[in-house]
Amino acid sequence: MDLFHNLATGFSTAAQPANLLYAFFGCLLGTLIGVLPGLGPLATIAMLLPITYALPPESALIMLAGIYYGAQYGGSTTAIVVNLPGESSSVVTTIDGHQMAKQGRAGVALATAAIGSFFAGCVATLALAALAGPLAATALLFGPKEFFALMILGLILASVLSSGPFLEGIGMVVLGMLLSLVGTDLSSGTQRFAFGIPQLFDGLDFVPLAMGIFGFAEIVKNLEQDGKLSLVTQKIANLFPTRDDFRRMIPAMLRGTALGTLLGVLPGGGAVLSSFASYTLEKKLSKHPEQFGKGAIEGVAGPESANNAGAQTSFIPLLTLGVPSNVVMALIVGAMNIHNIQPGPEVMTKNPTLFWGLIVSMWLGNLMLLILNLPLVGLWVKLLTIPYRYLFPAIMVFCSIGVYSINSGTFEVYEAAVFCVFGYALIKLQLPAAPLLLGLVLGPAIEENFRRAMVLSRGDVSVLFTSPLSASLLAAAAIAVVLIMLPTIRTRRQEALQE
Amino acid sequence: MMFGLSIRNQRAFASGTLFLGFAMFFYVVALGYPAGTAARMGPGYFPRLLAIVLAAIGLAVMLGAMKSTAECQPLRQWDWKGLAWVTGSVALFALLLFPAGLIGALFVLIMVSSKASAEFTWKGALANAAVLIALCLLVFVYGLGLRLPVWPSIFN
Repeated sequence: MDLFHNLATGFSTAAQPANLLYAFFGCLLGTLIGVLPGLGPLATIAMLLPITYALPPESALIMLAGIYYGAQYGGSTTAIVVNLPGESSSVVTTIDGHQMAKQGRAGVALATAAIGSFFAGCVATLALAALAGPLAATALLFGPKEFFALMILGLILASVLSSGPFLEGIGMVVLGMLLSLVGTDLSSGTQRFAFGIPQLFDGLDFVPLAMGIFGFAEIVKNLEQDGKLSLVTQKIANLFPTRDDFRRMIPAMLRGTALGTLLGVLPGGGAVLSSFASYTLEKKLSKHPEQFGKGAIEGVAGPESANNAGAQTSFIPLLTLGVPSNVVMALIVGAMNIHNIQPGPEVMTKNPTLFWGLIVSMWLGNLMLLILNLPLVGLWVKLLTIPYRYLFPAIMVFCSIGVYSINSGTFEVYEAAVFCVFGYALIKLQLPAAPLLLGLVLGPAIEENFRRAMVLSRGDVSVLFTSPLSASLLAAAAIAVVLIMLPTIRTRRQEALQE
Repeated sequence: MMFGLSIRNQRAFASGTLFLGFAMFFYVVALGYPAGTAARMGPGYFPRLLAIVLAAIGLAVMLGAMKSTAECQPLRQWDWKGLAWVTGSVALFALLLFPAGLIGALFVLIMVSSKASAEFTWKGALANAAVLIALCLLVFVYGLGLRLPVWPSIFN
């Protein structure tokens, strides 16, 4: 069996002591930032990107992936114990998880979240391993026009699924693509939008941009509600769910896992969408929908499984098609670029140890997280007693040093300061930043593929619509746009994306 | 209001203006690059195309904000002070890193950014600075070996 052979390859990479250590470090850090509100996996990964330069590519990616799925575990702890989402995908867990905690069942809720996440993580890892081959094989059939169409579809879906009005989401994508044009035009060597500043010849680095928007601007926003972020905690006792709890949580876990596995693959999907969808589904299917919001264990088991499954399967489009499905994946592209790895179908054939090592490390990481989270939960809860006024300067220090170390220069630090102001404006205007970053990351590839497609067709745009594959991808994008414009769906979406 | 036009959704109107402003900026700058033809695109072709799309979106968002059915959303208040302390501390860090070294730059970064909190105390901020500077030296300079100037440049 090919799959088993591949998984064995992966094991031999992931189980190396150094890589185990990096996976553990990633999971630990992920849990930490998941627990602490106000610092997400995005800022953390951005912060660590420059540091991964010194590591072998396998270790770097294993660690960064660990941060991402580790944050899903940690986020649930804060959601349950103090009714604050430590991480955006834990928003729905606050609803029933915190109610359970109020009834003295915090331990059971935490155990449910951890068990659900672990189960979902295992299933999603297998799905990733099984689906990657066929998808990558499909991707090899793609030419410039198909890739162009695929990326357009991805960006449209990402704007559909982001919060806020659809048109504004698309505007953010286009703005991101315009920002991506800064730097040297590869075909002609012209400096575009660089204004003679040498540091801009290589383009706008997205680490200072992400750090400014998701690190610094987020801090300014959090400080407006300073004081409310100082947290009180309670003692956690009795982790074990009862037989009745198990009977109710297992079907929810199964459904959440299936939903998360599917939705994670969608561009723009990932953990946040999966957890919302799962909560809605559980409430619809339940015989006692009135219990939801009052401590229904299904409302914890389903979404927590879904967000972890979604976090993991969101690696599928990146690793097989080269298209990041959410912002964290866009940063992973950055990490791969640092190591001269082109994300896409070739990763599997050119770097099998990296590809399968990463997948197997996810399974090992989930196991570590289960151990990290259940017995040590008291320790994590203690962390929440650190007041925000000590925490945010620490975040700023790590971010600033991280930005500096991209090029050992201060230009990027100034850049991050500028993007802090820009990011704060976006927060105030309620414009979604995720589509901006996706546009920034995908912009160069879209331009290149568009230009190549047009050279091949001698400037005839109609080839995009006559080639069956690109036509169907663009048709799917068009359908998504039409659907989102329909009034009924528009209101439903607003309800679903409401925080 | 006059002519029956009023900006009901101030938030969306401002967003549209932001898009339009960026679009015009990029379009005007892109005029300086050769456009080429669709079959042989020059460096200016794609930027102009994108700028036109963004301008159209910006206008549509602005018009949508003035529709009589638009939701009423006022502009949100900015916390200028918080923004200034945070952004300023980052810029000061960049400015001071080489002349004052990591220790000096971090001290300024931590003290200035701490001022952004409503619960600022001198004692707390100084203690925090001491702990964080020690931690950074340990992790980044000695642990990871990053190339950072530790001491002020006059000592070198």
